[in-house]
Amino acid sequence: MASVPPARHLLRAKDLADARYFEPLVVSDLAGAAGLSRAHFSRAFRSAFGESPHGYLLTRRLERAAALLRGTDRSVVDICSSVGLQSLGSFTTSFTRTYGMSPTAYRAAFPPAAQHALIPACVLRAHGRPQRRTFREDSDPAPG
Amino acid sequence: MIRIANAQVWVHDQDEALAFYTQKLGMEVRADVTLAEMGNFRWLTVGPAGQPDIAIVLMAIPGPPVMDSETAEQVGSLTAKGFTGTVFLVTDDCHAAYEELKGRGVEFVEQPEERPYGIDSSFRDPSGNPIRLTQVRETAAV
Repeated sequence: MASVPPARHLLRAKDLADARYFEPLVVSDLAGAAGLSRAHFSRAFRSAFGESPHGYLLTRRLERAAALLRGTDRSVVDICSSVGLQSLGSFTTSFTRTYGMSPTAYRAAFPPAAQHALIPACVLRAHGRPQRRTFREDSDPAPG
Repeated sequence: MIRIANAQVWVHDQDEALAFYTQKLGMEVRADVTLAEMGNFRWLTVGPAGQPDIAIVLMAIPGPPVMDSETAEQVGSLTAKGFTGTVFLVTDDCHAAYEELKGRGVEFVEQPEERPYGIDSSFRDPSGNPIRLTQVRETAAV
């Protein structure tokens, strides 16, 4: 039996964020998926993927929200809660700082979804996820 | 004419990969040959029952002299992060295939979802390789 690289367990945490971002997941849920303690997990995840698990989960949610803003006519409040975020205020703040404009302005800046080219969802999800910008109000409370 | 015969994924454990691709995905073993004269190199391929001329090579990550240990460790780690390749599968009925595979214990990363090009889902093999399972919309070219 070949040994399993430690990153395989960390990938389970990343997969959990990608699979269930719409649930009220927190970093300790991701740590549980990797089978690691919270403190060790955050360090190991950052070492493997170059960003904190909190940042990964947040940017996945923002990417999904951006996709819904571009591709549907659902309300901002509805989109906020359907990507697993509870607070509309911090969603709007995080979104605006990440994309440089409010959710409403972002939606208005894009043509209707039907006009987009047909690109596989995996490509859109991987390339559409924004890079993390760190701000105090949405940063990871624990070090690492 | 040039056609695709085999495409390769790196796997951490060939027996584990073989069990997954055959027992969970329902593929057939196409070749399973171990060459004692080549350091017990094992050529292991699997493919879908309805597609006899295409196979996936389940390739063990080699040590020296093929890869130095550091390279092998890097490839192993990248594979475990899901970054060394993707298998794209298509099906006529994504929801039915999802239920069937889920019933066999396959853990999905993305449940079947409507996309502009069809219905799409994804899971991973035991090594971490991403596998997409898509029902392509008939009018869409992917």
